[in-house]
This record gives sequence, structure tokens and C-alpha cells, in this order.
Amino acid sequence: MKPLAWIGVAALAAVPLTGIGNYPLHLIIMCLLWAYVYTSWSIMGRLGLVSLGHGAFLGIGAYTVVMLWNHYGFSPWLGAPLAVLLSLAAALLIGLPCFRFRIVGHYFALVTLALSEVTRLVIVALRDHTGGSLGATPNTALAQGNTWSLDALQFSDKRVWFYVILAFWLAGLWIWARLDRSMTRLALDAITHEEDAAASVGINVTRSKLFVTLVSAGMTSVGGVLYAQYQLYINPETVSGIGISLQMVFGAIAGGMFVMLGPTVGAVFTLLLQEGLRLALGDAFKQFPALDLAIYGLMLVLFIIYMPKGILGAALEWRARRRATPAAAPG
Amino acid sequence: MEIFDIFLLEAVVNGILLGGLLALLSLGLNLIFGVIDVVWICYAELIMIGMYAVFMLHTQQGWPLLAAMPAGIAIVAALGAALHQFVIRPVLAAEPINQLLVTGGMLFLLQAAATLAFGIDFRNLGVRMQPILVGEMSISAPRVIAFVAALAGVGATWLLLSRTFIGTAIRAISQDRAIMPLMGVNPDRVFVITSALGGALAGLGACLLVLQYDIHPAIGLSFGPITFLICVLGGLGNLLGGLVAAFIFAQFISVGGFFFHLEWGYVIAFAFFIAVMFWRPQGILGGK
Repeated sequence: MKPLAWIGVAALAAVPLTGIGNYPLHLIIMCLLWAYVYTSWSIMGRLGLVSLGHGAFLGIGAYTVVMLWNHYGFSPWLGAPLAVLLSLAAALLIGLPCFRFRIVGHYFALVTLALSEVTRLVIVALRDHTGGSLGATPNTALAQGNTWSLDALQFSDKRVWFYVILAFWLAGLWIWARLDRSMTRLALDAITHEEDAAASVGINVTRSKLFVTLVSAGMTSVGGVLYAQYQLYINPETVSGIGISLQMVFGAIAGGMFVMLGPTVGAVFTLLLQEGLRLALGDAFKQFPALDLAIYGLMLVLFIIYMPKGILGAALEWRARRRATPAAAPG
Repeated sequence: MEIFDIFLLEAVVNGILLGGLLALLSLGLNLIFGVIDVVWICYAELIMIGMYAVFMLHTQQGWPLLAAMPAGIAIVAALGAALHQFVIRPVLAAEPINQLLVTGGMLFLLQAAATLAFGIDFRNLGVRMQPILVGEMSISAPRVIAFVAALAGVGATWLLLSRTFIGTAIRAISQDRAIMPLMGVNPDRVFVITSALGGALAGLGACLLVLQYDIHPAIGLSFGPITFLICVLGGLGNLLGGLVAAFIFAQFISVGGFFFHLEWGYVIAFAFFIAVMFWRPQGILGGK
């Protein structure tokens, strides 16, 4: 598996060198970016902490960087760490009491939902500074034929963004793998099954949950920073609130949130579905702009009912069962 | 200073009127949670469909409003029963969070279906009513109608739950799900009836909202979250708690919106919600 993974990464890294057009490259970049964000969500989601509040972290990441740049001229190099710190503070504010008072399941999902809605509403309410529902654009640093500005973290060449976001996606997978082999994961697995029993064998329930929440929130807000710097346009609806929070959960579920590449498969699947429908329907798509959303919603419902482990999860399980059957069959 | 106080009083009165409406909206959701133990994330989208149903029947088919509204209620009630039968039932035995998420998928589906069917334009029923003048305050008539009708809906639900056989069965199931089949109650039937009842309450909410607000496919997102939070604040499944929470929330939104901006009213209400969750995670009237 190891050499195969290296070959895969090398092949992916070579994609921009093949001279594919800007639009396919843009699709791949978005795919990697959402794969990174969904992976960040799954880091806590798969351990039973189903958060509908990740829109808050994405929104804080995106808006902090852009607002600091536009209003105070702070470089994103300074803005990004501040954005992450702010997200961690929000995660701590909501996580610490939630875990201490044992708010789990439905309640946890709905309390975190309140957090992402508060973030969206604050962004809209501060419309004099943020542009409200109309969104915001970072002041451009690419005047007079400049194609890139390292200080402003703006690059007009999509290939640069491809490698930046590829690196973050790989780093996200690395964090997943590190966490997967750590004691924290074992502790959290135990907590997921039986919180009291886990506490009774000496696991610090609050601290373990908080740790994984902070990791996930910090990673997600970096995703928000990348989104803002790459797209150069942010909007309260697309980076915060209930819609994007649900989109993260569903992307992770569709791919399979219990396996490392599951959220990535979810991101690829979502994008292929959208682009595939657009190509297949052609002009009809322009007439029915919500058709992809309708099919997406229907597929999510079917997924959760019939394939709760997601595409990759179900595929791996099927392969494992096929391998196991000949040995296990009693004559 | 005098005018200031009149406006503040008006905000308080509007808050009370809004509270009645929010109480009705959260009642159906709360009932379903109490009985079936499922949160319908798409509850506000059912209301949105109901609003379109009333609008289309009235403006396209030429039905009088008093006929279109009961038809809208019936359509959403049927939709609620269908939602339970085809979407919730297959995942009743699965992880609780899957039940929440499956209705989240329905949220996208219903929203997209409405966009496909009706487009993204804002529609308005175009009912104009004179405001009611009380002293120096002017109060919007549709809000008063909505308040009265919402309280009537809450009262009717209470009567149904406390005075009828099926209401008794619904309450019994919510108290002990395992024992009721032994008493000769078919839980599946009770679940479907409860879902239809929850849908009917959403339909009634739709009839009242359509008098005051423009209709568009994403309208559910603007009052859906507040509806869930009211239920959680009151203690999920606790009908009385939901009522109290609805009036508290409405005051925060209305008076907070009066002093600052409307969004800040919501922000204050949500922040209050988060604060209460840490003080009483089981809700203000929760028993556990």
C-alpha cells in the first residue's frame, strides 16, 4: 500500500505539468480544498462528536483574514494565525461546557448549530465592515501586471494554489493518520461506546474530547483562510451558517467518515455529481438550476438509509467480507 | 423620551405576538421529538412547502383563502406522514444521529424541489390589512391574527393530547416506548399519526406565516434554526417548556432588534441559548 500511495501522490502532483486547462485545474483545486475541510470535520465526527458548528470555524477563518487585510492592512501571514486562534477560542468556548456537562448526540449537534448561526448572523449584522450578505473581496495586491504577491498571499496562477492546497490536504491526512495511532483515538473510541466506563478506567473524558475538537476546529479555520485567499470572494452564506455546516457533514458521510480517504471520496463524489449533471443535462441545467441540489439531497437520504458507512467505507467492507468468506464458510 | 417608550412597548407587544407564532412552530417539532425521538431538521422546509401550497391554490387555482388554508394544512400533514413512513422508519433502529442527518438531506431535497417547481422569485400573497391602533401604538393585523390562531392551535393540540384516546396513546408512547405494544397500542400507527399531526401544525404555521412574509425556497433557513433552539431551550420533547422558551426567545429578538439591529436580536437570543445550555443542559423546564 505504501509505494502505491507515493505513486498516487506523485501522479497527482504532476497533473498541473500536463498543461490541462484552467477550469479542470480549478475543479481539482476545489476538490482538494473540500477534501481537506471534510477530513478536518471527520477527525471529530467519526468519534461520535457530530458537529453542525464547523461553519463557524470556516467563517471565522475566512472573514478574520480578509477583514484584517482590508481594514488594517495585516498580511494574511499574520491574519491566518490570528484567525486560527480566534477559532480555537470559539471551539473552547463551546466545547468545554458541552463536554463538561455531557452534552452529546442531538443536543451537541443543535448547540453547535447555534454557534454557526451566531457566526453567520454576526457577519451579516456587521455589514458596515463585512459587506453583509453581499460578501467581501480582499483588496487586490495584483495591480500593474503583478501575477503574484507573497505578502498578500494572492496568486493569479492556479498552479501555485494547486500545490499549496495539495500540501494542506496531505497534511490533513497525515494528522488523521497520526491521531488514528495515538492514545487519544483509543480513549475517544472508548468514550464513544460508554462514557462512564471510559471515565472509570482513568480516561479524562473532557480533555480528550476537547483536544480532538481543537484540532478539528483549527484545521477547518485554515480551510476558511485558503478558501478566501483562493476564491478572493467570501459570503456569509457560503462560509458559515447551517447550509455549509450540513454540507461538510454530508460530504464526509457520503464518502465514509470512518476511513482516512472517505471524506476525500465524498468531496470527489459531490463534485463529479455536480459537474456530471451539468454536462449531462446541458442547457436543461440552466433552466433547472436546483436539479443538482435535488439529486444531491435525494442521494444523501438514500446514503444514510442504505449505506451509512459511505462509499469508501461500504466498498472496503465489501472487499473485506469477500476475502473473509471463503475462509469462514463452514464447508 | 416619551416616544421612545411607546416604541419600546410596541417592541414588547410585537415580541409577545411573535412568541405565539414561534410557540406554534416549535410545538410540532417538539411533539415529534417527544414521541418518536427524532429531530426533523427539515421541519421549516415543510412549512415552506405549506406556504407555497396555500399561495399556489389561492393565486393560481383561484381558491378562496379560507379553502386554500385547510387544503395547505392537509397537504403538509400528508407530507409529514409520508416523511415518517419513507424516510424516518428505515432508520429508526440506526444511530440516533443518522435520523437527524437523514432529515438534513430532506432539507436540501425539499428546498431544491421548491426551487425547481416555483423558481427563486419572492412571492407574496398580497393580502393588505389595516394596522390595529391601540392608543399611540400601531400593531400589524396579520400578527394579531397569527397570534390568536397560533394559540388556538396550541390549545387544540393540548385538548387532543389530553382528552382523546389517540392523544392518550401518544402521551403513553412518549413515556414508555417498550411497554405500550403490550397494552395493545400499535406504535407504528401512533408514530404515523403523530407525524401527520406535526405536519398539520407545520401547515397551520405556514398559513399564518404566508400572511406576513414573502415566500421563497430558502425561507426555511431563516426561521428553522430558531425553531430547533426553542425546542432545545425548553427541553426537547417538553411541550410546556417549548411554549415558555418561545416567548423568551421572541422577546430577545424583538426588544434586542429594537435597541440594535434585527440580526443583533437574533445574535443575543442565540447567545442566551448557548449560555442557558451550560447552566441547564436539560432545558429550562427539563426534568432529567
